[in-house]
Amino acid sequence: MTLQVTGHQWWWEITYQDPSPERVLRTANEIHIPTGRPVRLVLNSTDVIHSMWVPNLFGKRDLLPGLQTVIDFQADKPGVYRGQCAEFCGLQHARMGFLVVAEPPEAFDAWRLAQLRAAEAPKEPERQRGEQVFLRSSCIMCHQVRGTPSAGRVGPELTHLATRQFIAAGTLPMNRGNLAGWITDPQSIKPGANMPMTQIPPRDLQDLVSYLEGLR
Amino acid sequence: MSVTESDRLKEQEEREDAGAPRDSTADEAELHRVLSETWGTKPGFWGWITTVDHKLIGRRYIATTFFFLFLAGLAAMVMRAQLAQPEGQVVGPDLYNQLFTMHGTTMMFLFAVSVMEAVAVFIIPLVMGTRNIAFPRLNAFSYWVFLFGGVMVWGAFFLNIGPDVGWFAYVPLSGPEFSPGKRADFWAQMITFTEVAALAVAVELIVTILKQRAPGMTLDRIPLFAWAMLVTAFMVMFAMPSVMVGSSMLIMDRLVGTHFFNPAEGGDVLLWQHLFWFFGHPEVYIIFVPASGMISVMLPAFTRRPVFGHLALVLSVISIGILSFGLWVHHMFVTALPQLGESFFTASSMLIAIPNGIQIFCWVATIVSGKPRYATPMLFIIGFIITFVIGGLTGVMVASVPLDTQVHDSYFVVAHFHYVLIGGAVFPLLGAVYYWFPKFTGRMMSERLGRWNFWLAFLGFNAAFFPMHLLGLWGMPRRIYTYQPELNWGDMNLFVSLAAVVVFASFALFLWNVLYSLRHGEPAGDNPWDADTLEWATSSPPPAYNFAHIPVVTAREPLWAERRALPVAVGLRTDMRELVITSVTEARPELRESSPDPSIWPLISAIALTGLFIGSIFTPWAVVYGSIPLTIALTAWFWPKGDKEDEA
Amino acid sequence: MRPMRPVQDLSGLPSYGFGTKSPVWWGTLAFVAIEDGGFIVAIASYLYIAFVNRVWPLRAPPPDLGPCTAVLVLLLISLWPNWWLDRAAREENLRKVRIGMVVMTLLATAPLIVRIWEFPALNVLWDTNAYGSINWLLLGLHTIHLLTDWGDTLVLAVLMFTRHGHGKRFSDVSDNCFYWYFVIASWVVLYLFIYFVPRL
Repeated sequence: MTLQVTGHQWWWEITYQDPSPERVLRTANEIHIPTGRPVRLVLNSTDVIHSMWVPNLFGKRDLLPGLQTVIDFQADKPGVYRGQCAEFCGLQHARMGFLVVAEPPEAFDAWRLAQLRAAEAPKEPERQRGEQVFLRSSCIMCHQVRGTPSAGRVGPELTHLATRQFIAAGTLPMNRGNLAGWITDPQSIKPGANMPMTQIPPRDLQDLVSYLEGLR
Repeated sequence: MSVTESDRLKEQEEREDAGAPRDSTADEAELHRVLSETWGTKPGFWGWITTVDHKLIGRRYIATTFFFLFLAGLAAMVMRAQLAQPEGQVVGPDLYNQLFTMHGTTMMFLFAVSVMEAVAVFIIPLVMGTRNIAFPRLNAFSYWVFLFGGVMVWGAFFLNIGPDVGWFAYVPLSGPEFSPGKRADFWAQMITFTEVAALAVAVELIVTILKQRAPGMTLDRIPLFAWAMLVTAFMVMFAMPSVMVGSSMLIMDRLVGTHFFNPAEGGDVLLWQHLFWFFGHPEVYIIFVPASGMISVMLPAFTRRPVFGHLALVLSVISIGILSFGLWVHHMFVTALPQLGESFFTASSMLIAIPNGIQIFCWVATIVSGKPRYATPMLFIIGFIITFVIGGLTGVMVASVPLDTQVHDSYFVVAHFHYVLIGGAVFPLLGAVYYWFPKFTGRMMSERLGRWNFWLAFLGFNAAFFPMHLLGLWGMPRRIYTYQPELNWGDMNLFVSLAAVVVFASFALFLWNVLYSLRHGEPAGDNPWDADTLEWATSSPPPAYNFAHIPVVTAREPLWAERRALPVAVGLRTDMRELVITSVTEARPELRESSPDPSIWPLISAIALTGLFIGSIFTPWAVVYGSIPLTIALTAWFWPKGDKEDEA
Repeated sequence: MRPMRPVQDLSGLPSYGFGTKSPVWWGTLAFVAIEDGGFIVAIASYLYIAFVNRVWPLRAPPPDLGPCTAVLVLLLISLWPNWWLDRAAREENLRKVRIGMVVMTLLATAPLIVRIWEFPALNVLWDTNAYGSINWLLLGLHTIHLLTDWGDTLVLAVLMFTRHGHGKRFSDVSDNCFYWYFVIASWVVLYLFIYFVPRL
């Protein structure tokens, strides 16, 4: 299985390669792999040099602009392994973490199928309003939720955001409060990050967070 | 002037020379008066800025490097305060990144290399038994350039435009796209300043050691500290051009749009890493080799025997110097390199442990077979041996690729290189300051404070840095300004931070000991340790002319071999600055050459060069404009002024 | 202070010397080594960039051979007068040294003038691509060396016509000749790299 990992200041873009284009999966900051199978990570960077490191799975390998590097590894035991950028990459080098989730092959296949599906249209009125807030605001300049008109590719892809355990590249556990805090003031949590502060009225914010929380 | 007049001038000079006063006189008091007159530095501010006396320049060089050490230490303390707990709020990422950049940059470029050269500037001419360093005006120039470079980069820091890209300034992070502004330029120009200064001193040391040795100091009688400095100077000469070319390329990429490191236009980001580490690895040995020389030269005084394995130590130092150029790639194991290259550099990294091991065995053998006397310098030597062996072992560990990919850029490596640099270089250096302080100042440092100093430094250091090995193995990367509480690194980091306070306190105590002893230390006498090398053959502190008569060396331990009366050579003129030039291998006297007298032009040239360097951060045209005053100053520097030193 | 016993008399030694006897010669050698180090690093970078790109030169015609060959010829011509001047300096023959210094000043000026046409003859600018950058760097480095020695030669030439033109100054002239050999030698190497590697 081959995954393309692209380093960005300061998050990880992950693409599951597949011969058929509709099975290519793009996600961020959380890598799922099946246990007991060899995995190849193909690394490169679009900005500065980063380095991929999961102490309990594999040693470091740099992500270099203009060059490709490779990590071959295999996880035999299911579990969640934390990793972090190991090459100084600027202001938020400290907050560039990620997770590797190793699960039995069946669970992995199920996860992958679920991730490939587009986001379901929201049913609750609150979440429907939230989707509108999302589509109206500057979010879509950088982010994408498949199944909606949003198509930004600059920031992490959000289609199944709520299935991930952390937001902001391993910085905050995924929950309502953190999502709201991150959207309104990312610069105090991760100063220098490329996500700007967004002025959203409190009511809209609640709706937006509900919408995002439902992206499962 | 006509051609015949030139011949006439020459004859007149020869007549004058024949009738000139010499140091052959028996009247020592009169000799002292005349030589002090000839070699002395004028009192007052003018004398201070024009002096070319290697002892005055060496002393201010040492003081300046320790001042930078203090600043870098403060930066470390702020970082430790920030890391003492998870999600610390002492400083933000921007300041933290500047702090670790300044810490590393200052320690490597403004302290470690420079302080070794600074000690050598003071000590080497004395060890060689000569009256001044070779090219003394270049020496003055070197100090000013060094000072201005250091002040520039710290000035930038205090204006909050300090470099923030690490002491290694990897591209493309330090390139035009990801580091707009002038921060990275200050870093790159600081390189240029300090390398110019370091190269100048390297040339002076090489020529002093090769050509100004006391008569009779044949190659096999050169003291080990001089051997170490000779090898260091050669390493500086071959390593520094690499980083200078690299930092010039970086500045050009940033300022005039070249593409050396831009992959989009055919450049390559790894080229920078090769250029940097081709310098950066020898750099570690440029710091360690002088320290090893200090140990070899101190040990005889404290074990009452010549150092064991003199020849083995010389050969070890030389092979370390050569091998250190074959290791640089082990800093790049986690980039993209061919497998064969990795194996080669693993092997060479392990190979260099052999000469280092030989050195350690020789030192241990000297101590075991001697009658050790545990004065403060000796304590630091013992502390060195313990610490350096640990640092060396972890060094062999990180040389192996599979292990390195785990610990690279983690706190394990932070621990490793602090063991090598503090244990391997700073401990011997502190010991050497205790050892040579009487020669620097005429007074002994306090032994009681010295013991406190050592134990605080040794225990504090191990407490602060040993746990970092564990933090690294637990996954803590370097250069992070904070970490999350869930990672459970908090307790260990708090412990490290508290221990760091102890290390800082030990340095404060050292500083206090220096200041206290300057005024109240016991008067030292010429040779308080009953050491064997020539710097102890003159008074403490030495007179401006170093030696009333040039010593003649008859054995490897000249002062032990000639206990009753020191053989000397006479016949140098006393009415002008004259020193004896000897042959490279046999140290046979060849020339009585004049040594330049004080001049303001090294300072003016350094100011002109500073203008050029700082100006070129802002516009490439500064190189053109700036070269005009620089050329004028340099021409004035070398233009003969008609006094005897210039004419001869 | 321990008592001293004089065992050698230095008063008969000369006050300056040539070649390996002179500390300035060793200093010059050290600076040559440093500058050589710079050239070697720059050439290594050239090869590195050429190697990673595989296509060489990058999007530019190979440089013209006219001006650079002219510089090479001029520098090779200067070999003989340089050798002659060095010998005259060692003989301390002021008349010959004066002639030699004037000739060498002119021979150091000529390649600098031709160099003005050499930069455009590279057929690429420093900010076009990495190939242009490294060529301008190599040529620029050598130009700095030419300029330095040109200035050095000029000042020394003037000195030899003043009352300072005797004694140790002859040794300085000899050291300057020594440095000039290095300027020539480094150009032969750079010439091959800049102008023939793109034609391989």
